[in-house]
Amino acid sequence: MRLALLHTRLRTEETLLLDALTSRGHNVEVIDLRAEVFDPASPERWLGFDLVLDRCVSLTASLTATRILESMGVRCVNRADAIEVCSDKMRTTLALIRDGIPTPAVRIGIGAQAGLAAVESLGYPAVLKPTIGSWGRLLARVNDRDAAEAIVEHRETLGSTTQHVIYAQEHINKPGRDLRVFIVGGEAIAAIERASDHWVTNTARGARASGLIITDETSRLSRAAVHAVGADIAAVDLLECPTRGLLVNEVNHSMEFRNSISTSGVDIPARIADHLASLTLPVARVSNPCMPVARVCNPCDLRQSESELAEARR
Amino acid sequence: MSTATATLPRCPECDAHITFNRAPLRGQVTNCPGCAVELEVTDTEPLTFALAPKVEEDWGE
Repeated sequence: MRLALLHTRLRTEETLLLDALTSRGHNVEVIDLRAEVFDPASPERWLGFDLVLDRCVSLTASLTATRILESMGVRCVNRADAIEVCSDKMRTTLALIRDGIPTPAVRIGIGAQAGLAAVESLGYPAVLKPTIGSWGRLLARVNDRDAAEAIVEHRETLGSTTQHVIYAQEHINKPGRDLRVFIVGGEAIAAIERASDHWVTNTARGARASGLIITDETSRLSRAAVHAVGADIAAVDLLECPTRGLLVNEVNHSMEFRNSISTSGVDIPARIADHLASLTLPVARVSNPCMPVARVCNPCDLRQSESELAEARR
Repeated sequence: MSTATATLPRCPECDAHITFNRAPLRGQVTNCPGCAVELEVTDTEPLTFALAPKVEEDWGE
């Protein structure tokens, strides 16, 4: 397999993936998008790859590159549409609701007045999140109207226009932890729990990770969530609600896993490498039941599938 | 790396020696063992570093 690994900085995850891929004999070109110029009318270079793996830490870089490459007919993992949905908490919520997947209640208001009304209609405590953002940054748990007014005013005054969209989420009284399930090619391959005394349980904010046994319920729910957002490789964050059971909180399209290998006991980069290789097999590319349905809707994929079908029939 | 300590690259911030478990790659990010600052490999022949870019608004997973 000839694969391009896109990045904007090589973290531990990217070097682990590179090692897993090259040790399996795959030809990997590591491409730093900070030094790349795309010519959308000249796809030749990119069509030489069987697959492009997006591992950019920058969402802007991920979306720009995958949009251009998919327009050329290059297969990207994850797809641009999936990246767009996963990266935007509001769009993730819409996808989960559309597919009937349990998720915390959300209210959305545009601007200060509607934003505050959105929080009030949800009740307190509530969690305010930027619709685009990661690693637990700028999350705020507001316990009363005073706090909500302060956050909304700060967003309105100091933030960019995208910060004027107030995304308020029901606060889930979780038991000091959340669950993360890693999905690769439609399969739940590993899971961890992230525990913290703080209500934010991101490892980037100091939460402690430990291994977790995958149950039928966590597997089913996480796979459904990844299917809803159209991703192929993703990590699903689940919250344990005392009254409603498991709820899907987020789906991460460019998951970090350096601290989840030893804790889960699963060689996650190896599983990803094997899955990527399976995508380039002609028959597997058209018959893999793990493929999200949304993939088939991509015109680029349809073109690929038709040629692959013809090739497979020969 | 089997390079002698005297020839190991140094942190541009605190001058500590920087080592890698595998051959470093251009763009790779590592933490200085001396001052914990994040460094990015800017070249491999010879090995050079710069302070890694700070986290931006659209970074994440």
